[in-house]
This record gives sequence, C-alpha cells and structure tokens, in this order.
Amino acid sequence: MLELNAVNSGYGETQVLYGMGLRAEAGRVLAILGRNGAGKSTTLKTVMGLLPLRDGQITFEGQAMPKRPYDIAKAGIAYVPETRDIFPSLTVRENLEIASKRFDGAWTMDRVLDLFPRLGERLENGGTQLSGGEQQMLAIARALLMNPRLLILDEPTEGLAPIIVKLIHDKLMELKREGLSMVLVEQNFGFATSLADDVVVVSKGQVVWTGSAEAIRADTEAQHRWLGV
Amino acid sequence: MSLDLGFWTLQALNALQLSMLLFLLSIGLTVIFGLMHFVNLAHGALYALGAYFAASAAAVGGYWAGFFLAPVAVAGVGVLLYSGLIQRMRKSGPMAQVLVTFGLIFALLDITRIVWGDLALGLEVPSFLAGRVALLGVEYPAYRLFIIALGLAIFAALAFVLSRTQIGAMIRAGVDNDAMAACLGINVERLFFIVFCVGCALAGLAGAVAAPLLSVTPDMGLQILIPTLIVIVIGGLGSLKGAIAGSLIFGFVQTFGAVLAPQLASVLIYALLAAVLVIRPVGLFPAKG
Ligand SMILES: Nc1ncnc2c1ncn2[C@@H]1O[C@H](COP(=O)(O)OP(=O)(O)OP(=O)(O)O)[C@@H](O)[C@H]1O
Ligand SMILES: [Mg+2]
Repeated sequence: MLELNAVNSGYGETQVLYGMGLRAEAGRVLAILGRNGAGKSTTLKTVMGLLPLRDGQITFEGQAMPKRPYDIAKAGIAYVPETRDIFPSLTVRENLEIASKRFDGAWTMDRVLDLFPRLGERLENGGTQLSGGEQQMLAIARALLMNPRLLILDEPTEGLAPIIVKLIHDKLMELKREGLSMVLVEQNFGFATSLADDVVVVSKGQVVWTGSAEAIRADTEAQHRWLGV
Repeated sequence: MSLDLGFWTLQALNALQLSMLLFLLSIGLTVIFGLMHFVNLAHGALYALGAYFAASAAAVGGYWAGFFLAPVAVAGVGVLLYSGLIQRMRKSGPMAQVLVTFGLIFALLDITRIVWGDLALGLEVPSFLAGRVALLGVEYPAYRLFIIALGLAIFAALAFVLSRTQIGAMIRAGVDNDAMAACLGINVERLFFIVFCVGCALAGLAGAVAAPLLSVTPDMGLQILIPTLIVIVIGGLGSLKGAIAGSLIFGFVQTFGAVLAPQLASVLIYALLAAVLVIRPVGLFPAKG
C-alpha cells in the first residue's frame, strides 16, 4: 500500500533520513519504532509531503506519491501529527467540519461522535480548551472524517494518562478490526506491539530491524539494542 | 457647551472615517500576512492604483463606474503580481520579500507616473453624496458618512464570512497552521490566491473611495503605507479584530491628537506603537495567541 525506497530527507542543511525503506500492507497496521531522534517523525513528514523528498521513491497504492500535502490528502492518506495540530481558532465542530465537508464516505460526523462521545459534549468549545486526551481524540476523529484508506499516527499516546492511552488503544483496535490500514509511530512498546501486525525499527534515519509484532516481542536482544526497552 | 459637543462629534466622525479607510487597507494586508507569511509592502501602491483607476473610469462613466471598476482592476493587477512574482517568492524568506515588494512600490509609482502623469487628478463625488447631512447635531459631509457606512458594512460582511462560513473556517485554519490545513485536503495555494485577490480588491476600493477626498497623486500609496503597517502591528497580525481595532485606535489617536496636542500629533501614534510593542509585542488581537 505504502512503500518507501531508499528515501533521503531532512530539514534544510541537516539530513535525517539515510536510505529509509519500508512497506505498509493494505489492511494491516505497521508500527515504526525507534529511540528519540531516530527519524520516525521525519519519515512521516516526508511521506506527507511536509518535507521534500531529496532522494529515493515513495509510492502509494502503486503510484508515485504526489508532492503536495493537499494532493496526498486527496489521494487517501490522513495524518495525525505528533503535535495533534488542532486549529486553535476553530471550534471542535469546525475542526471536524474542515475534514467532513471535503470528503465523503462511511465516516460521518455522527459516526465519529459515536466513537468519541466526549467530543460530542465539546462541539462548541474552542480547539484549545480541550485536554490533551480530547485533543488526541479530535485529531483522530478529524483524520477519520477524511475517510482515508491509510491512517498515519505519530505517537498518539504521548503525554496522555494511562486511562486515555487505554481508550485510544481500544478505539484504534476497533479501526483495525474494520480493516483500516494504519502506520503508527510509537514510543510505548506495549501499546505499539499489541496493535501492530508488522514492525520496523528505525535508528539514525534507517531501518535496522523488520519483522512481525510477535517477533519483536520475543526478540529481547533487538529490543535492548534498538529500543532500550 | 453645545458648540463644544458638536465640535467633538465632528472630530469623532472624522476619526471614524479615517479609521474605516485604514481598515479597508489593513484587513487585506494583515490577512495576507497571517495566511501566507508574506510581507507585501506594495499594498499601498495598489491603493494608489485604485485611486487612479477610479479617477480614469469616473472621467468616462461617472463616480460609480470608478467605484466598481477600481477594485476589479486592482484585483487584476493582484493576479498578475501573484502569478508573476509572489507565488515564486513564497519560500524566499522575509528579507527577500521585503526588498522585492519595496522595489515594487517604486516600479508601480513610476508606472502610474508614466500612464497618468505627475499632475494630481480629482474625482467628483456623486451628486446625492455631495451635500451635508444633519447628524447628532452637526452638519457632516454625506460622502464621509458614506465611507464610514461602507467600512462598517465591509467589516460586517468579512466578520460574517470569516466566522460563519466554510471558507472562513478554511482561512482561519490556514492562518493557524497552513501545513496541517493542507494535510486535511485544503488547497491552501488556491485559498492564498483568493485571499490575496480579495485583499487587493479592498485596497483598490479604499483608493477609489479616498480619491474624492484627496488629490490623486503617484505617492499617495507611499503616504498610506506607514499608517497601514502601524495599524496591523498595533492590532496584531492576521486577524479581522486586530485590523478593526488597530484602525480605530490609529484614526482616533491621529484625529484627536491633532486637535488636542497639535505639537505632539505626529509623535503620538509612534509613541503608542512603541508602547504596544513593549507591552504586547504581538499586538492587541493577533490571530495566533
Ligand atoms: N525542525 C527541525 N529542524 C532541524 N532538525 C530537526 C527538526 N526536527 C527534528 N530534527 C532532527 O531530526 C532528527 C530526527 O527527528 P525526528 O523528529 O524524526 O525524531 P523521532 O524519531 O520522531 O523522535 P521522537 O521519538 O523524539 O519524536 C533529530 O536529530 C532532530 O533533532
Ligand atoms: Mg517524533
């Protein structure tokens, strides 16, 4: 579904990705693991067209990935960034409508509010009046309203209380059961490997380990070496 | 006492009229800046062009021909500027943008000189706006009241569009975070282009309505630029609220300053600007908190 091949990318003068390569399969969840600063977020930003692809290829459903984030969104990829990026000058409702009015499909306003009833109680609140957990729910709900074929999430549990982490986990599990393809970047090893089918581990802008979620759970040597778990 | 009151009413209306003119100019500049992070110093030159277009069109078809044609013509110039220059300079950083649009001021200034000459042009107001109207106990020029009403109407229309419509939400989202807006399938480039053209049209409209009040000269754009920049710095970048608040503050401080403390009048607004920059460097109502 999504394939990166020998991708180089970075910020201005600084190169961060050195020949990054990975594959996310349709209907499956791929977790990208790795230590702080390994280049996980940089990989996702490059996929989303937020950073220029300096070298290598990115394909989505067999086609070359478009360059502009706008075209990438239209191609069917939704992105939940590490910083959530809720629009502060928009209400919760407007944050959701920005996506729902632009994309049709099975995910409707009613359905995302069923998934996250908390958001329903906050519709007229400003985007910044939400707790961290609510912001994460809003970011996920907004992404779902794009009716994507691939959902990309960057550390959805970062900074959240355990009970919210559990809730996000259950909701993402629901989405997985429905067959939504996902790419998930996570620091929370347990969270990531219980959701994911496939795992890649990234270090210094390259993939250093590839395998299944069970395999990495069993491979304490790899965990220790690449993740410091 | 009643004479006094009339005098102050008159000054307040004058202040309001100046504010509305500045609002028409600053709203375009501030939203373009907020959305595109683009410093268009040539915005004032577009105002001057609007006045010239209006004067020329009015010479043929009367005041209203100028009133309606000038914004369209200036938006047309905006389209040329956008596709020829600004689109290419989107990523070139503020220094290059300031230099290029600063240069553009003088290019446009010379173009107006070549086309229309150095002599000041005049523009007659339509006859039904030519007289004075009794209002709040004073006789006030109808045309100036028309400018006040026009400014308020445009403020109300923009406030409605920005706060209640989908395109308004898209613009606010784009000002907040253009990268995320694009990731959500908003065509930000097209949004920039539309907002830029509307901003140009409003600058043209400001020039057209200001033309009968002053003589139309090539450097009128340069004269209005500094007040407009002060308005958006005081008001805070990118927001409608900031543009209207900044315009009102500028209009009233300038007008009442000239009456109450003529020797300080020219310093007063700069002192206020300095105070705002010290106390609230982001301005009073910036789009990004
Ligand atoms: N905006 C930026 N400008 C320059 N360098 C950056 C920028 N953002 C990140 N980097 C650098 O790029 C490298 C990879 O960062 P990245 O954000 O991809 O890491 P990550 O794997 O997502 O880590 P984390 O788990 O901390 O989120 C780091 O060395 C970081 O310092
Ligand atoms: Mg990261």
